[in-house]
Amino acid sequence: MDAAAKPPPDPAGLRVHDLEVAYGRVSALRGVTLEAPRGAVVAVLGANGAGKSTLLRAISGTLRHHGGSITGGDIAYAGARLSGLDAAEVVARGVTQSPEGRRIFARMTVAENLRAGALGGAGRKAAAEARERVLDLFPVLAERAAQRAGLLSGGEQQMLAIGRALMARPSLLLLDEPTLGLAPLMQQKIAETVTEINAQGTTVLLVEQNAATALALASHAYVLEVGEVAMSGPAAELASSDEVRRRYLGEGGPDDDEDDAAPRPVLTRWAG
Amino acid sequence: MTHFAELLLNGVSMGAVYALIALGFVIIFKASEVVNFAHASLLLVGGFLVAELHGRIGFLPALLAGAAGAALAGAFVEFAVIRRSRAADHSVLAIVTIGVDIILATELTRRIGTRVMAMGDPWGDAVLHLGPVSIAETRVVALIVAGALIGTFLLAFKHTGWGVAMRAAAEDHETAALMGVRLGRVSLSAWAVAGALAAVAALFLTVFPTPGLDRTTGLVALKAFPAAILGGLDSTTGALVGGLIIGVTEALMSGYQGEFAFLGRGIGDVAPFLVMIIVLLFRPAGLFGTRELTRV
Ligand SMILES: Nc1ncnc2c1ncn2[C@@H]1O[C@H](COP(=O)(O)OP(=O)(O)OP(=O)(O)O)[C@@H](O)[C@H]1O
Ligand SMILES: [Mg+2]
Repeated sequence: MDAAAKPPPDPAGLRVHDLEVAYGRVSALRGVTLEAPRGAVVAVLGANGAGKSTLLRAISGTLRHHGGSITGGDIAYAGARLSGLDAAEVVARGVTQSPEGRRIFARMTVAENLRAGALGGAGRKAAAEARERVLDLFPVLAERAAQRAGLLSGGEQQMLAIGRALMARPSLLLLDEPTLGLAPLMQQKIAETVTEINAQGTTVLLVEQNAATALALASHAYVLEVGEVAMSGPAAELASSDEVRRRYLGEGGPDDDEDDAAPRPVLTRWAG
Repeated sequence: MTHFAELLLNGVSMGAVYALIALGFVIIFKASEVVNFAHASLLLVGGFLVAELHGRIGFLPALLAGAAGAALAGAFVEFAVIRRSRAADHSVLAIVTIGVDIILATELTRRIGTRVMAMGDPWGDAVLHLGPVSIAETRVVALIVAGALIGTFLLAFKHTGWGVAMRAAAEDHETAALMGVRLGRVSLSAWAVAGALAAVAALFLTVFPTPGLDRTTGLVALKAFPAAILGGLDSTTGALVGGLIIGVTEALMSGYQGEFAFLGRGIGDVAPFLVMIIVLLFRPAGLFGTRELTRV
């Protein structure tokens, strides 16, 4: 955790430094340091309960809705502090989130969901442009515009959730398990969309349990284990690391012994 | 038949007024997840201001002042009480509103004393004759004004950014916040709108054939609670339908009291609560509601 070893922080990107989060007395994140440089796709991997969603809540300022709070460290984006801001102010700084479980507004129409996504944004004209971009990315949302969002299929709901998060024209998009519970073809489609969104200039922080998808999309990845960063490095190198392959890609030997012999020179390891 | 038509018209008119109150009750519940037991007192604040001010500034300005005053009172309660205890349990908050109600009601009762205050309205006791049917002008105006306010509200709720924010917050607080909705503002505006609607309702509860505003006016407003609850606490449609059901039931039960003599006198007054209980027996979440009362 020595600061000297880290690359200089990118003033334009997301920088999480030594973050501590607790839900009441239960600590959920400990000393998490992470960066998402501008224009990158960065993945955060980890098992259930590792703290991935907690990290995104801390960035978006919604911890208080879960009885949690930041107890140490800080979060900065584009050179300004995010920690301490409330959710609406984070959106105003260009950071939006497609939350875990999609959380679309089921009783509202698809068009109204998109409109809701623009509520924190910058006026009518910007919203109209954002809408065009979203419907370009997801033509199916245009077809279903007048339909109640609760009637959409799981894949369509996920597209709506991502589209809605794009309505405020974010420069940083946080995605919490966007492929969860989707058929392979739809996972593929979502992955392609993430690439496209990124190509259009939006930085993406992608939380996934589906390590194969995430590592294919991301340039850089972090692995969270029980609230701490256990590994991090360029996505390609993590994807070829035996430990990651065994634990997150469902490959590897029949036994579960520690694979100490695996060469991991490129991985930054923070001691737990 | 004429008698029935008169009763029905009166009932619908009263129902529209109850709906104004119930609507405010419902939007507060949607935006703040609080059952506002201080609603009748907000109504009394509005009515009291109209009664106090009309002599000095004229009826219409007094009505506007009453609506503004009740809106401010509502916003103040939200800001000073509800917001501070946002993290608290919602049933605790509901009890807090009872406390607010007691404070407001005590102060207003002290100021009103034993007076029966006139509202200074231009309609007086004029009666309109529609063929064989006679109805007080105040009832017709009540129906028109309440209908217009409800219509405006529903259009705004459906189509404006405010309405979308309100519905998003009602459906999912956290996700609305993620969209950049400022939940505090949504909640504040809900209380203000509810207060203003209640003030208008106060006017129509106290004009002819009622002699005027007195310290029991708040109790009359309580009939709107069953309207909101039987419609479904979180449903605007429910508030309207509930209001109409209560208004019509009350008018018919009072009008045909002779026929219902076996149920005892004053059946019109308890009818709203009876209807509410019967509806809740069959539909615990109310006619249009999605959340059961166990939530509060
Ligand atoms: N509202 C809460 N109150 C108390 N503890 C919580 C709360 N939410 C999460 N936690 C705890 O914090 C830890 C991290 O949870 P989190 O939801 O961030 O994990 P996750 O990595 O997103 O898991 P998953 O892959 O299942 O979504 C877990 O131990 C969890 O039990
Ligand atoms: Mg999660």
